[in-house]
Amino acid sequence: MTRWRPKALAAGIILSVAVPFLPLVLWSLSERWFFPGLWPQQWGLRAWQHLLDAAGGQIASGLAHSTALAAATAAVSLVVGVPAGRALGLYAFRGKALAVLLVVLPLIVPPLSVAMGLHLWFIRLGLAETFAGVVLVHLTVCLPYTVFVMWGVFANYDPDFEAQARCLGASALAVAWRVTLPLVWPGILVAGLFSFLLSWSQYLSTLIIGGGRVLTLPILLFALMGSGDRPVAAAVSLVFVAPALLVLLVSARHLGRGGLMGVR
Amino acid sequence: MVSGQIGGRDARTRAARWDLCLAGLLAPALAVMLLLFGGGLTLGGLQALGYLPGAGMTELTAAHFTRVLQDPDFLTSLGLTLHIALTSTVIAAVVSVALALALTRWSIRSRLVHFVLQVPLTVPHLVVAVSMLFLLAPAGLAARLAAALGLIASPGEFPLLVNDRGSIGILLVYIWKEIPFIALMVLSVLQNAGGELIEVGRTLKAGPWQRFRFILLPVIAPSLAAACLIVFAFTFGAFEVPWLLGRTYPMSLPVRGYKSYADVDLAARPEGIAIGLIIALVVMGAVALAVWLNRLAGSREAIR
Repeated sequence: MTRWRPKALAAGIILSVAVPFLPLVLWSLSERWFFPGLWPQQWGLRAWQHLLDAAGGQIASGLAHSTALAAATAAVSLVVGVPAGRALGLYAFRGKALAVLLVVLPLIVPPLSVAMGLHLWFIRLGLAETFAGVVLVHLTVCLPYTVFVMWGVFANYDPDFEAQARCLGASALAVAWRVTLPLVWPGILVAGLFSFLLSWSQYLSTLIIGGGRVLTLPILLFALMGSGDRPVAAAVSLVFVAPALLVLLVSARHLGRGGLMGVR
Repeated sequence: MVSGQIGGRDARTRAARWDLCLAGLLAPALAVMLLLFGGGLTLGGLQALGYLPGAGMTELTAAHFTRVLQDPDFLTSLGLTLHIALTSTVIAAVVSVALALALTRWSIRSRLVHFVLQVPLTVPHLVVAVSMLFLLAPAGLAARLAAALGLIASPGEFPLLVNDRGSIGILLVYIWKEIPFIALMVLSVLQNAGGELIEVGRTLKAGPWQRFRFILLPVIAPSLAAACLIVFAFTFGAFEVPWLLGRTYPMSLPVRGYKSYADVDLAARPEGIAIGLIIALVVMGAVALAVWLNRLAGSREAIR
């Protein structure tokens, strides 16, 4: 076997993954860049300054909106999803198949089908065009995912550790805090981070339920693509992708290789 | 006897307490899903069947569904959506399997490569679509490269790769996004089970093709099928990428559904919801079919 082939494959992988980032970086740093030019005729930071300027205040608020929404959705997903994951992972019970179906189905049914149905109801309840309403519709995407991840975590979890701690006189709270949490922490981290990302990436469900009132980054990015200001759209895309890469770095540190298996 | 009775009662109270505890763990999540997911689909179904008490329409009718299904453009949209979902899934699956095999065969375990391979998993589809537009549009980076190499003189000469007939831009986004997803699923199976079995095959004088067909493929098939199913379901129902990189005619089903839903003519709204539900039905049907085929294959194995 020749030595260069594995190296060529590794280089090919890195190059293919890097390609889509290239036009975004170049365009975000270009001031003037007309057609035949392979490089911008004039480089500059106009796009990035625009993001920080008063004119870009909308983008700063979009960033704040997206962050708050995703954080709230991830938090609710964890609070509601971790116990359910425990129940599915540790116990066999009657009706489990039905519970599993209710958790797995939303993983494959697209959010647009659900969001369109919920919209009218949310208008009646006064939840349309509100932060809470958008959190609720994002939950239909993030909660099943959290339950699914925690189900896998608790399937490999030994509850006897808890029993031992109880025998040694630990209170229920101490057991939860000092035994259970440290054991399932990597799973909680992954579930939380990826719920955050799933909510962060939502576009259509935010648009339908938020009705153009809840202006998240993807909604602004779509508007920018319509306006045709490529440098600013490129810069916003890079801001939009930053947490994704950050999450990847964090989870790679905490989980090692293959830690993200099965994540979408 | 007495102690037995006490023991029985004890066990029963313990079982009851356990049931209560289990219900407490599960109830919040199931309630949220039943209300939001089940509720969303049910309410959508009622609206698509023309039940809008607020607008004074309380009679159920299949008219919206029939109008959607009888529209000749519906089949074109369905065909386009199936083309996007199936082509991207098949190409991504083939490349993923080859990639996973190559990575295990050459035992590439570099942390960098494995980290880089995970990058597309987390990048939002929307960002990839925007980048693909900058890359492949008639005045995009690829066209500039072609011009620099003297292949084309004006942007118009560059082949149409976005908003195009073959949906090439859309397919490229999905393939870039989904290859790592499928490859990592396959890779984890191969790393756990592949090596020894291949050795056995080799000692039994199986050729490369036989080793792949009769050893590796059966080993990776369940994960590969599950990954492909998830990819198919996602690409069939996703909106952003075809909205940004697709043509105005024909539209993919999700784009068509949203367009009808957001139409200024409110009468088109139930049709939009009907299309959304048809998408959900197709996706659920695909999963049901896969489960059934899997069971069928399982029973055939058992007979053999």
